[in-house]
Amino acid sequence: MSNKEKEPMFSAKNLKLLTSPFNQDNPVVVQMLGICSALAVTAKLKPAFVMALSVIVVTAFANLLMSMLRNTIPSRIRIIVQLVVIAALVILVDQVLKAYVYDVSKQLSVFVGLIITNCIIMGRVEAFALANKPWPSFIDGIGNGIGYGLILVVIAFFRELLGAGTLWGYQVIPQALYDLGYANNGLMLLPPMALVIIGVIIWVQRSFNKNLIEK
Amino acid sequence: MNKNSNTYIISYAIIMVVVVASVLSIAALSLQPLQEANVIIEKKTDILVSVGQGAGADDAVDKTKYINDQYKEFITDSYAVNVKGEKVPGADAFALLTNLKSEYDKPVAERSLPIFVSKSETGEMLYVLPLWGKGLWGPVWGYISLKEDWTTVSGVVFGHKSETPGLGAEIATPVFEDAFKNKRVHWDGSEVKFSILKGAGSSKGNDSAVDAITGGTITCRGVESMLQVCLDGYEKFILEQRAENKNINN
Repeated sequence: MSNKEKEPMFSAKNLKLLTSPFNQDNPVVVQMLGICSALAVTAKLKPAFVMALSVIVVTAFANLLMSMLRNTIPSRIRIIVQLVVIAALVILVDQVLKAYVYDVSKQLSVFVGLIITNCIIMGRVEAFALANKPWPSFIDGIGNGIGYGLILVVIAFFRELLGAGTLWGYQVIPQALYDLGYANNGLMLLPPMALVIIGVIIWVQRSFNKNLIEK
Repeated sequence: MNKNSNTYIISYAIIMVVVVASVLSIAALSLQPLQEANVIIEKKTDILVSVGQGAGADDAVDKTKYINDQYKEFITDSYAVNVKGEKVPGADAFALLTNLKSEYDKPVAERSLPIFVSKSETGEMLYVLPLWGKGLWGPVWGYISLKEDWTTVSGVVFGHKSETPGLGAEIATPVFEDAFKNKRVHWDGSEVKFSILKGAGSSKGNDSAVDAITGGTITCRGVESMLQVCLDGYEKFILEQRAENKNINN
């Protein structure tokens, strides 16, 4: 990387770091990272949204901190240092959620703690932050966090709509439809359907981006 | 400096751990008062909701003040009873409630179980019994409020630490909780005081059962055994109360 010192904060290259994970380089549907939590927290829209926010914060700051430390870390305990930093950030997020948005933190329950095991964070730290300067790493973290969050919200949208007939906890499918014999699909609430929805998203995305199709 | 020398690696690890540990303890200590206040308000809210009050909490400008005021207004008395059916003198029911788990860790005979008494605007008395048990992933808890006859359920509130959102966590939603309203607890010495039955509609016509949650079977079993264990502790006391009530009525 031959970054010049005077590079503007939002140069074309940095913007690309931010936006490419939304689609071309999406962590979930292209890099296939973080699938596990995408299955777990997407039964309802609201927890999925807060989860996405928490992951954005953690990826951004894990990348930032690791990039700042990258020249001091002994390579033999590299992974341990990454784990400690990520775990500390996740515990902080959990504590802050418990103190300020107690209701939501109750809904997310164990999954905030499980951000530690989210492969996206380790993946980005290892693949990007250790080789790049703090600012681009920070942007890369935010971009990947949003890329992950987008998929989460889309999956949660379909699962909550079809599985419970609600969105963000509000009833959206009218009672009249139920009277006509429509029923909520309980299967949508089970994790396997999240995997199927991810599959559909990948299919749709590949059909728009032919260059992602492997030969 | 040689970054791969043992001295460097060990000192790096030590410094890192000390720094991270201090940051986390500072954060935990400084946020603790806020978190504890949240827990107390949550308990008061749950008690109020189980007796059908405190509905405006989410719209209130100052939720803490609103809940405290409501609590003062509607929760008129609280005491604790033991398994022999006697009131425990000098027991602080709310302190017992904040530490309910350790109470249920004790042998049955040593437990002091809190009861909260509420008086509504119309003068109707409701009795709230806190519950504590195990779900699939962690603790579940709840409050069951009984009408003046100590038998008809006026309302329930359930909570959980880590049940799966969308599945077991549905015990804490109105859909599940509302089904308990006007059902009856079997106090007549029967083994099962209240059941949660698998399969939609399987509790139809049964006045002391509700339907379980699809995909949340193990959590529901946990709730059922929680009801069983906790209500057992109150049975003697409540049977005595009911006997007294009958005498008064006659």
